[in-house]
Amino acid sequence: MACIEARGLRKTYGATVALDSVDLVVEEGRILGLIGPNGAGKSTALNAILGLTAHEGELKVLGRDPWNDRDELMREVCFIADVAVLPRWMRVSQALDYVAGVHPRFDRARAERFLDRTTIKRASRIRELSKGMVAQLHLALVMAIDARLLVLDEPTLGLDLLYRKQFYDTLLNDYFDHTRTIVVTTHQVEEIEHILTDVVFIDKGRVVLNSSMDAFEARYAELLAPPEHVAAARALGPIHERQVFGRSLLIFDGVDRRHLAGLGELRTPSIADLFVAVIGDQATLKAGAAA
Amino acid sequence: MTTPPPPVAPSPVRPFYWSVRRELWEHRSIFIAPLGAAIFVLFGFLISTRGLIRAMDHLVGQDPITQARMLAAPFGFAAMVVIVTTAIVGIAYSLGALYNERRDRSILFWKSLPVSDLVTVLAKAFVPMVILPVVAFAVIVGMQLIMMVVSTMILLANGPNATLLWARLPLLQMWLITIYGLAAMSLWYAPIWAWNLLVSGWARRVTFLWAVLPPIGLCVVEFIAFQTTYLSDLLHDRLRGFDEAFSDKTPGGFLGLVHMDPVGFLTTPGLWGGLIVAAGFLAGAVWQRRYREPI
Repeated sequence: MACIEARGLRKTYGATVALDSVDLVVEEGRILGLIGPNGAGKSTALNAILGLTAHEGELKVLGRDPWNDRDELMREVCFIADVAVLPRWMRVSQALDYVAGVHPRFDRARAERFLDRTTIKRASRIRELSKGMVAQLHLALVMAIDARLLVLDEPTLGLDLLYRKQFYDTLLNDYFDHTRTIVVTTHQVEEIEHILTDVVFIDKGRVVLNSSMDAFEARYAELLAPPEHVAAARALGPIHERQVFGRSLLIFDGVDRRHLAGLGELRTPSIADLFVAVIGDQATLKAGAAA
Repeated sequence: MTTPPPPVAPSPVRPFYWSVRRELWEHRSIFIAPLGAAIFVLFGFLISTRGLIRAMDHLVGQDPITQARMLAAPFGFAAMVVIVTTAIVGIAYSLGALYNERRDRSILFWKSLPVSDLVTVLAKAFVPMVILPVVAFAVIVGMQLIMMVVSTMILLANGPNATLLWARLPLLQMWLITIYGLAAMSLWYAPIWAWNLLVSGWARRVTFLWAVLPPIGLCVVEFIAFQTTYLSDLLHDRLRGFDEAFSDKTPGGFLGLVHMDPVGFLTTPGLWGGLIVAAGFLAGAVWQRRYREPI
């Protein structure tokens, strides 16, 4: 059984189409990065998966309809909406008491162990913690829940680099065990690239790229071509080209690497570069046309 | 496909209990405000005791009913201050209960946990309908005991009138009436608490205005359109009408156990009508928290 199965998922707000016939299958044990510009429909998709918003089309999460079976689903699904949602008046000890009191799959000792590695005091109120500490606390709570699906919507927004790195390292080392599924959205793609098993680009409510990282490496190539080879490289139909220090950086989709090998330095593009190639151009073109 | 991890033995959970605990953590005014009111009352009472000895001397010759009424008056007034305070706390609480969590976005945290919207809304209705009356009663008993002890010490040091106080002041009776009155108020005002919760889950801002102005507006429309006042009479009855619980309705009259009228109260159609309306409002609040976009 797939963890998430969406077919023709659609969501409109009046005349605005937030999601337009999205098909998505996420198998269990994957770490999916959902990448898209602001307003692309990422949060709408996550809200639909979490049963927070009604939708058209078919959607099954862990075999359940998230909108109608939300109460049952939330025993097996956990999410961090963003760093700012923990109630500011609450004490750390109260947060532990509360989650332990309402969640049948919460392992309090585990949460305590995570917290012991931080400088967070049990008696502190959440409003007294730094943003990074709040994220640590939220992660400690969530990681101590034996959930089958963890959804992270911009979990590190506004955190400094050290906290962000630590957040994802902890997630990968102490939580992920190849049976749980994680779906994460973030704008700091480069920081999570190495932990993803799958990547989905979403733009204007549509899935524009859906690939496992293995397939991603086989499919896309980035060529740093010196001027003398640019014409030959262009003939192979790059999907994107930009200039870097007098050389051309070209990204190819599905072009055999053997054909590219002699034309310059060859590597797999980063997700961020591919994101700019696939989505950035359209946005820029539109802005250019409007000007 | 991979098999799900062997589940850890699920630990027993009590979502309702912890949901109520969480309300009490957040809203410490539930305890602080009634205690504060009691402290103010006691402060005033202490100053007033300078006239106590003379007042007691004056009471000696009166008939027992008058004695009881005069002795009970400051105790009853003190209780009333605490009850009014808890009512104000209840209004502030119920208008914020489903509003603040949306404003500070913490609803996204609450909704990430397996606590149903029904449990959440019932826990929030439980606070003004059960917790606040219980707190009010406990504070009233403590406050009246202190008043009693202080009065006794003053009177013991100054003559024989302490016995008169203990013989005539119907303290236990007053406590019974307080329990009964608080329970009756809780049931009678249920539709108001439920309405406030509904509005607090619905309004994007200024919940107080949304709770108060539309009903007044409807009354105005009714009056202008039909020259009738059914709606305003209904609201008026609801706001002041919990004296259905007592058979003696003379204002300022001394309430004794004989005036408690539970049968009359429980057979008032207004009580049951109000409870049905309250249930409808609460169902609306649950539906809204469940099916509307959380933010």
